[in-house]
Amino acid sequence: MIQSLDPRIAREKINEENNIAPLTEMDNWETYEVFHQKKRGDQHIHVGIVHAPNPEMAFLFGKEQYGRRGISVNMWVVKTSNVFASDYDDSDIFDTVPEKQYREAGGYKVMSKINKYKKENTL
Amino acid sequence: MYGNAYIDPNEKPKSIIDGEDPIKLADFEARIARGEKIEPKDWMPREYRKQLIRMIEQHAHSEIIGALPEGTWITRAPGFKRKLALMAKVQDEVGHAQLLYSAAETLGKSREAMINDLITGKSKYSNVFNYPAYTWADACVIAWLIDAGAIINQVANAKGSYGPYGRALDRICTEESFHLKYGHDNVVTLATGTPVQRKMVQEALTRWWPPIMHFFGPSDKISNHTEILMRWKVKMATNDDMRQQFLNMYVPKIWDLGLTVPDANLKKNEETGLWNYTEPDWDEFKRVINGGGPCNAERLAVRRMAEEKGRWVRAALLNKSEKYVTPLA
Repeated sequence: MIQSLDPRIAREKINEENNIAPLTEMDNWETYEVFHQKKRGDQHIHVGIVHAPNPEMAFLFGKEQYGRRGISVNMWVVKTSNVFASDYDDSDIFDTVPEKQYREAGGYKVMSKINKYKKENTL
Repeated sequence: MYGNAYIDPNEKPKSIIDGEDPIKLADFEARIARGEKIEPKDWMPREYRKQLIRMIEQHAHSEIIGALPEGTWITRAPGFKRKLALMAKVQDEVGHAQLLYSAAETLGKSREAMINDLITGKSKYSNVFNYPAYTWADACVIAWLIDAGAIINQVANAKGSYGPYGRALDRICTEESFHLKYGHDNVVTLATGTPVQRKMVQEALTRWWPPIMHFFGPSDKISNHTEILMRWKVKMATNDDMRQQFLNMYVPKIWDLGLTVPDANLKKNEETGLWNYTEPDWDEFKRVINGGGPCNAERLAVRRMAEEKGRWVRAALLNKSEKYVTPLA
């Protein structure tokens, strides 16, 4: 019997021997990815995961785990198995041609053309 | 709240990169050298994965078990505000365990497997939690100095190479700063209080000093093994470096309160900037970490009781058609 300084534990009369069956797979359920929004107007960002048996409990655990200091105004939970993610091994799929000026604002220089036109036509 | 991961000094030092694909290994090392992080599905050497699982898992267990000696004092904390604060701190510690179990899970060990290894005594956790918190002052000294030690360790490890562990630690360190201030405030209250309060806090400090000196673990053996783990940014500082950093930051603060550290040899060498101290009793450390401490049996028994009593609730909530998938990040 466990002798403890803690009166709550002493009252429990816990056996000292380890005679519980080990936890089996899914004892702690599946995982959900948690996203929160810090303030209205911000994007939701990923903050971590929780283990839960259903979305409602995932939300409760997410709120307790990631929102208990009052830093969230909104939260999403998404079952991990429902996330379709890219592989880091395939990160070259994001590679592209280095010359990307044509899709950036800085790639279009109209003032030089306007000035040239003005000069030539003495406007 | 956490102690450094314990590596058995008798473990055979063999080359830890034996049999690894040299090209993948070179890519992996180059990535770390560039300061990039390793993410869960990346290729990694076996030993990198193994050491990280061991470290993060021990860290998670330490948070869960560490909440027990402090949790003892919630019902007896002096005053409403301290009860609230202590409940918040204990909840944080358990939350830290969850964050860390998640980080370890991304490396392929399930949370159930980790909990099984904890309750059967196969996995270690920080040795300091095998000692009891006799008085309220013990709980205060733990909150201040053990958490201070933990922060030194965790700030160092947060800069490590494994992404999920670093992210968990960043979050943890933010919360630990509240624990540290709370603990300091409590110790200052006692140390500046009545003679009875001063006596109580001094006795607690005297009791906790040896475990605090054990906290960072024995001196690292300078080995090829350690050298590789440091290159891989798994281990970020040596145990001795962290102990020195702790002494440098906290001994002056303890002396400031007129408290006595129970080590007559404790003195800063002004030339080297390093602290001299009496070598901690590492036989005692070994004896306690291997199950011989005053509270080992109690800590594991309480954990087992919690697992056992909660089992039917978890089983009732389980949707049997669901399947486990490793978390993403």
